[in-house]
Amino acid sequence: MNLSVKIGRLQLANPVMVASGTFGYGVEYAPLVDLNQLGAVVVKGIRLSAVQGNPPPRTVEVTSGLINAIGLQGPGVDGFIKKYWPFLRSLKTPVIINIWGTTLEEYAEVARRFDELEGVGGLELNVSCPNIKEGGSHFGTDIKLLARVVSACRKATSLPLITKLSPNVVSIVPYAKAAEQEGSDALAIMNSYPAMAIDIETRRPKLANITGGLTGPCIKPIAIKLVWEAFNAVRIPIIGMGGIQSAADAIEFLMAGATAVAVGTANFYEPQTAIQIIAGLREFMQRKGIADIRELTGSVKIERNQAQSRNCA
Amino acid sequence: MTLVRTFSIQMVEETVTIVSNERGPGQYFRLVLRAPGIARMVKPGQFAHLRILPMKEALLRRPFSIFQATKDSISILYKAVGKGTEALSRMCHGEQLSVIGPLGHGFSVPKPEGEFPLLVAGGYGMAALYLLAQCSPVKGIVFVGGRSRIDILCEDEFKALGWDVRVATEDGSHGEKGLVTKPLLAELQRQSNGRKLYACGPTPMLRAVGDIAKSYNVPAEVSMDAHMCCGVGVCLTCVIPVKTPQGWEYQRSCTEGPVFDSSQILWEAIA
Repeated sequence: MNLSVKIGRLQLANPVMVASGTFGYGVEYAPLVDLNQLGAVVVKGIRLSAVQGNPPPRTVEVTSGLINAIGLQGPGVDGFIKKYWPFLRSLKTPVIINIWGTTLEEYAEVARRFDELEGVGGLELNVSCPNIKEGGSHFGTDIKLLARVVSACRKATSLPLITKLSPNVVSIVPYAKAAEQEGSDALAIMNSYPAMAIDIETRRPKLANITGGLTGPCIKPIAIKLVWEAFNAVRIPIIGMGGIQSAADAIEFLMAGATAVAVGTANFYEPQTAIQIIAGLREFMQRKGIADIRELTGSVKIERNQAQSRNCA
Repeated sequence: MTLVRTFSIQMVEETVTIVSNERGPGQYFRLVLRAPGIARMVKPGQFAHLRILPMKEALLRRPFSIFQATKDSISILYKAVGKGTEALSRMCHGEQLSVIGPLGHGFSVPKPEGEFPLLVAGGYGMAALYLLAQCSPVKGIVFVGGRSRIDILCEDEFKALGWDVRVATEDGSHGEKGLVTKPLLAELQRQSNGRKLYACGPTPMLRAVGDIAKSYNVPAEVSMDAHMCCGVGVCLTCVIPVKTPQGWEYQRSCTEGPVFDSSQILWEAIA
């Protein structure tokens, strides 16, 4: 039975990764999770300098989901390399670094810094964080800027490059295509969806940042649709994410067109989720007589007349 | 159960069985869990992160201070106030929960020749201080405050440890009438030299304790009650502004805390 997949030239032992921002720098979960069983670890977003992040309250639980506005608090490139890289380097599982910046030049510089670092598995370009005024999602929701930032990073590194797209666009197709054209090796779909919650007793927003990004099981159907649309438009592999908490969820993403998946918010309430999903994928393949996990990618069955009569409603 | 040591952090995820879940006065409950892995390792001021499966669409774990611990069980005091604690209050003997713990940086235990400990608790904040009183080689004074008689918990347990318990209630229904800081101030007025404060309760109370510690020039450790999400340091929800040589930074209540040195907290930045 084959569970291994390729993201660009990066070979993963299985298609289950943990999503950026939900797994810290790996070390925090090491007492509870065997990190070497994971397909890959994606670390929290890093820019050139250290970032303080937004004031609290930073997260709020909503029905079947979570809204967050952390503001990409982090140690910056140098702090990360000093504090976390020695541990991450010791892992057998590939480590993907999520990077961001406030300017094109900063994105490229961060990419170049990690290109120089021995042992990095790949880079994930964060152009879709909704909680940062400069940088973050404005690169991900302007197609010209997206093309420029992918191109700048492509020139700065030969590492596998994954562009993490925003769901907050009319159609994801032109963004997926632009990232592919500019040399992205893969797409990560999707980041959190812009959202807000209000405390009716105090009439105040529940987040200090007023708005945040929605994640968790409630966004899964949105992500499934975006993965399916992008899969029909590009040839590069897609890493599907958004509300995955079971093997069934992961399989749904694979069938929609994902080559790999990432577990996000579920890590917060069940750190073993990714490990359980890997076991669940094996069990499903066995039950269905599937020899190679790659057979599942994009295997959703859509009748021709169904596709033709489809409209945007 | 997985048990791995990394960077001196010790925690386990255990599926535990409810031994009892008894309702006390008011909406207060006392939950006892058979959790040998956690019970063995817990230190004063640490917490357990409970996944309450019957919550269904409310996904996150809920953090609770560990009140008491035996060789193979831990107990928790809670008030049924929200979705999580409501669902928890309906769970019975024999049902299971997933618990991650023990978590967080707790209180430093008083030394035999060290400062005389004064504990300050607001409401169920008292639960976080019990193990400290139990471990302490010096029997000190515990000041307990609450709105009413019903909010004064585990007074007998502290007395049984041989501690002097001083109660204050806002409505005067038990002990002195007023806030817990009133008897605390009276005691410090009498003697502040060689005293150290340890506090757990609502943030305004902790801030008042911090102010008192500063004015009497005594050290204070406070257990911060921040809204939490992952509990292990990755989500960065529960941050508290803490002073650094360069200014200040956000530190995690679940990892660097929940217990902080009060003089290091940037109180003016906390809403």
